[in-house]
Amino acid sequence: MSVSPVTRSVLALAAAAAMTVTMAGCSSSADKATSAPASATASAAPGPDLVTVTPGKLTIATGEPAYEPWVVNDDPSTGEGFEAAVAYAVAEQLGYSTDNVVWVRSTFDSAIAPGPKDWDINLQQFSITDERKGAVDFSSPYYTTTQAIVTVSGSLAATATSIDELKNLKLGAPTGTTSYTVAAALLGEKNLQVFNTVEDTVLALTSGQIDGLITDLPTAFYLTAAELENGVIVGQFADNEGGDNYGLVLQKGSTLTQPVTAAVDALRGNGTLATIEQKWLSDAVSVPVLK
Amino acid sequence: MSLLELRGVRKRFGTHDVLQGVDLSVAKDEVVALLGASGSGKSTLLRAINLVERVDDGQILLAGEDITDPRIKADAVRSRIGVVFQQFNLFPHLSVIDNVTLAAVKVHGWSREEARAKASGLLSGIGLGDKVGQYPDRLSGGQQQRVAIVRAILTEPELLLLDEITSALDPMLVGEVLDLVRSLKDTGSTILMATHEMGFARSVADRVVFMYQGRILEEGTPEQIFDNPRETQTQEFLARVTHR
Amino acid sequence: MSGRVAEATWEPSALERNRRVFRARASRRSVAVAFISTIVLAAVVSFSVVNSPGWDAVKDTFFNVDVGAKAFPRILEGLWLNLRVLFFSAIGVALLGSLLAIMRSLRGPVFFPIRALATGYTDLFRGMPLIIVLYLVGYGIPALGLFPRLPAAVWGTIAITVTYAAYVGEVIRAGMEAVHPSQRIAARSLGLSHGQTLRLVVIPQGIRKVIPALMNDFVSMQKDVGLISVLGAVDAVRGAQISVAQTFNFTPYVVAALLFVLLALPMIRLTDYLSARLARREQNSGTV
Repeated sequence: MSVSPVTRSVLALAAAAAMTVTMAGCSSSADKATSAPASATASAAPGPDLVTVTPGKLTIATGEPAYEPWVVNDDPSTGEGFEAAVAYAVAEQLGYSTDNVVWVRSTFDSAIAPGPKDWDINLQQFSITDERKGAVDFSSPYYTTTQAIVTVSGSLAATATSIDELKNLKLGAPTGTTSYTVAAALLGEKNLQVFNTVEDTVLALTSGQIDGLITDLPTAFYLTAAELENGVIVGQFADNEGGDNYGLVLQKGSTLTQPVTAAVDALRGNGTLATIEQKWLSDAVSVPVLK
Repeated sequence: MSLLELRGVRKRFGTHDVLQGVDLSVAKDEVVALLGASGSGKSTLLRAINLVERVDDGQILLAGEDITDPRIKADAVRSRIGVVFQQFNLFPHLSVIDNVTLAAVKVHGWSREEARAKASGLLSGIGLGDKVGQYPDRLSGGQQQRVAIVRAILTEPELLLLDEITSALDPMLVGEVLDLVRSLKDTGSTILMATHEMGFARSVADRVVFMYQGRILEEGTPEQIFDNPRETQTQEFLARVTHR
Repeated sequence: MSGRVAEATWEPSALERNRRVFRARASRRSVAVAFISTIVLAAVVSFSVVNSPGWDAVKDTFFNVDVGAKAFPRILEGLWLNLRVLFFSAIGVALLGSLLAIMRSLRGPVFFPIRALATGYTDLFRGMPLIIVLYLVGYGIPALGLFPRLPAAVWGTIAITVTYAAYVGEVIRAGMEAVHPSQRIAARSLGLSHGQTLRLVVIPQGIRKVIPALMNDFVSMQKDVGLISVLGAVDAVRGAQISVAQTFNFTPYVVAALLFVLLALPMIRLTDYLSARLARREQNSGTV
């Protein structure tokens, strides 16, 4: 059946009008929510007296797409993946059940830019830095990066299971980084080659000049997923001194910052964060902690 | 058979015919003086004989052998001919003794001791024995030129070419060089020398050859050429050169 | 009487004595002026530097003796690597550079391919920045998989050799061409072959003529040896940089720089001495 051009345009206009009305309706309801603080929370929400973007719900944002091992299959609502798991643990600590967690997406940059947000907390491997603190609030750290050994399959390092085995191999690290400091301390400087940048270190690995490289674990995930052919993460080191601290991002001056920080601290104190880290950043991805 | 024979030798540079069919023969142990104004082709002729310039036509025969044949190894021919230049051309980075013995050792295969012994002997014979270890920059022009002569004759070449060897010298030093050449003649050498020293040519040369514009205009004994030149150009040249 | 031709003892006349006194006095005066003005300048400069507002901070950041002393062993060990690379590079450059110079100076149409090859080589490697050559040689060639793993310093030596040979080859060629053609003619006239002439007469003289330029290139190469750190080798520069990154203090860089200067000084002095000796021998300059 063919539709006349006139009919088609009319239908398109109608669809556009409908969309606009719906969107206006959505945003106006959000406005209504923030402009009526006390009454919003008075509705029958099971959570504590927290002011959130959507009353009774905790709106959590993450990146689009969200990569492994932080989120599995780009679907944080399953709770699978390190950051998905941490998010639900924090929500539960704050008193929000799984049903009351709403996921949205945001870009990395918009999250740490100053200004009002349409989410309560955001987590996308944000490192806590003083510069960013000027624009947004951070919770206390939920994760501190460790250093990991990356290589390609077939290399001498690929089958190593202990630090001693690594000591005899030629490894590389970028200069002036925590990776270098940790590698020098644990493996000794003798066989350590030092490069100007991570890119040069990767180049040395792919050219066969080194057996493996040391970098922080998140970068290791990225390298093996995106850059290296047949990339392998041999393992990680237990010592996370000097590593980057990841924190949950909140709007500057948010009333949630203090309760969220308390929640993270509690989870750290009772070992929940460590368990999540072991599950999702070690066991699930086969990145053993080398001793 | 003459030691050196030139037949119809021609050489052209660009559009300029420097040698226009030169016929010349030099017998063994003969001393031939080559006269002529600058531009007459004397130096080019000597360079052609030494195979530094390739002739454009004609032949050059050394002891009956055509050395202008492209199949001939030029380096081997040059080792049979000794050359002494107007500007001495000693090697400044080598001592006197090394200058003199270089070719003997590297080309003729003499041992260093052999070469040095003979060289020292010759140098002492001309009063330069104490200079053997010195570098050319320490020697006067006359001393350098005499070293150059010894360098050229050490390996007893079949033919000696002298290209205006006193023209760059202080008049006071010319004498010692000419004395050395005279002694060479006395011991029996075949010499072809381009020179401006008329008196020397007259007393030492067996034959005098006058070149004009790339050709041999006149040749004869010194008496014939100096006292009775036939051609007008020869007469003009001699008049200019001896300021008569 | 033949006049005063052979005087055994000659005493300078009053005129000459007055001249000498004058020159000596003028000379002493200019030395004193130079000395005093240098001291005054040095005093003024040091006074302004030491009393500048940021001096204490600068002194601590760049001239901290403790940090320098702690970094010294690592930097010295790295310098040993620089020295080894320099030594082998210098040999390689001398050989390859001479080869290139000879290839470019071959005459005759039959040698055109060789000349063209040498010209192409020098054009390419004089144009390419050394750091890019280092990357191509130090990462690219191992990646081909044709060779077993060689230390980064070896590839660094090759990169430096290959680049500097292009410059040095041209310098040597310039020296060879500066040797007067009459030298070549004299050598050939003695029966020396083309190769013997090059080896025994032209190149020895040619190199003497360009020794200052060659020494300059050598000192420059000495510094560029520090670039091998880009390939991962831990040399003096990288050693200093590791210390700098750990302490956030720049004194190790100053230490490394001083060591490099010390390394270069003997070569610089040797160059000056050799050039002066050669000039004396070949040029007989007077008082001007």
